[in-house]
Amino acid sequence: MKQKEKKTTPPQKGTFSRRGFLKGAGLTAAGTVIASSGVMTLKGQQFPPDKTLGPDVVNIRMKVNGKARQLSIEPRTTLADALRIELQLTGTKIGCDRGSCSACTVWLDGVPTLSCMTLAVEVDEREVTTIEGLATKGKLHALQEAFIEHDASQCGFCTSGMIMSAANLLKENSDPDMEDVKDATRGNFCRCGTHPNVFSATLDAAKKM
Amino acid sequence: MNKFSFYDATSIEEALEKVNSTVSSTIQPGASEQASVLKAGGIDLLDLIKEGLSKPEKIVSIRNIPGMDEVSYDEKKGLSLGANVTLDKIATNARIKEDYLALHQAAEKAATPQIRKMATLGGNLAQRTRCWYFRSMYHDCFRKGSSVCYAQPGENQYHAIVMNEDCASVHSSSLSTALMAFDAAIEITGQGGKVKVISIHDFFVLPSVDRTRESILEANEIITAVIIPSAKGETKSHYIKMGERESNDWPIADVAVVAELNEDKCKKANIVLGAAAPVPFLSEPAMKVVKGKIINEESATAAGKAAMADATPLSQNAYKIPIFETIIKRALLALV
Repeated sequence: MKQKEKKTTPPQKGTFSRRGFLKGAGLTAAGTVIASSGVMTLKGQQFPPDKTLGPDVVNIRMKVNGKARQLSIEPRTTLADALRIELQLTGTKIGCDRGSCSACTVWLDGVPTLSCMTLAVEVDEREVTTIEGLATKGKLHALQEAFIEHDASQCGFCTSGMIMSAANLLKENSDPDMEDVKDATRGNFCRCGTHPNVFSATLDAAKKM
Repeated sequence: MNKFSFYDATSIEEALEKVNSTVSSTIQPGASEQASVLKAGGIDLLDLIKEGLSKPEKIVSIRNIPGMDEVSYDEKKGLSLGANVTLDKIATNARIKEDYLALHQAAEKAATPQIRKMATLGGNLAQRTRCWYFRSMYHDCFRKGSSVCYAQPGENQYHAIVMNEDCASVHSSSLSTALMAFDAAIEITGQGGKVKVISIHDFFVLPSVDRTRESILEANEIITAVIIPSAKGETKSHYIKMGERESNDWPIADVAVVAELNEDKCKKANIVLGAAAPVPFLSEPAMKVVKGKIINEESATAAGKAAMADATPLSQNAYKIPIFETIIKRALLALV
């Protein structure tokens, strides 16, 4: 948040100090004291630490898939829109845009989170991991490999969210059973009906990891 | 979503200084264009804004206020849950599962894994109804200032079967069903840090009393905690939810039972129905039936029947009656 405050109010500070200095410079010694204390008061009145962001565009920083990124967004921008439109990370999908289908699932500090119901300005220091950040050094995550092998994707719209939910399970539980997999993906809707293949892919990936 | 500014409050006082409206007030006709509202998990608020029902000018986040997401237990005071405790934290807390099983079950069955990790207890209590007419900006319904409840003559399969004469919406919080059965108290902090503790039985507001809101919360107030008294003697609880799907669905009917038992004999029980009325519904007729009785198939069945004796179903939701009768019976039998 501190970074954001700096960004919204940086230039004026110098202006006022300078004006205070010019005023003071033309006065007697006593006058200088009054003027400089006046500058202090002015500063206090003009620049309360108002942390309000927006409603217009604000600059924020965000750590996405290990990289520090800079974004210019309005506070109403969801994390899903910020990722897809601002950062062109279109692997994250927006299905219902109401938090019901979980297609937009990303990780915030490793916690599966609905990016459509998260404001981008709220991400702060938390690290964002999207489907694009799951592969390491050009090698797919074991679960991504298993999804291909088990044909766990049809139209593909739910797939990235499904993988983010299931991959979270694998990072928390190295030996999941079918119920664990079902619980982990309960929020992820798939209209094509890929669930059986998603389940078998996840169980298979757990064995290979 | 409409354009709004964002303020990240770091203390309750700071949040109270910045907020000037409840979310409910922003949904009413002639709502202020300078409304500044609270947000915790944001699941309900962002939904209302996305649907065009609420157009706040400023959102004040209370999610990062330190100390509001703690769970603590004291023998005398009981269980205290900070308002920012997530549903997931409630569902995975070992003591809650051990001593307050019905609350654990209600949290575990609510929404999706992702929503449970984001949605907070305070937000869950303060959320608005999911009635599809209320949630539609094209329906100027009773709750939004007109005199018409569209559900009564309309599509009402998920609507209220009791207390549905003014507005047939059902209260959407499953946690409240369980919390009311535990006689929970809600701690509300107001301007100047003044704290009041309200029984959950006095927290919800019927549409006949005030159609514009579902709780007593005022603009300059924040739910800061929920307190559940410590269990007396042999208290047992159980919660059952019935939905169309096993996961990720609002209840068609849910019930929470908390009973003080002496072996199989019920000294007293709270039986609360969810998705039955515009507020969580304490069924006194059902409670009377089991009070002082041995809990068995016969008494549990009678309790279910008593709870539904005065039901006034609408054109499409009479099917809820046998469901309620059955889950009341099952929840009671699960105690013994």
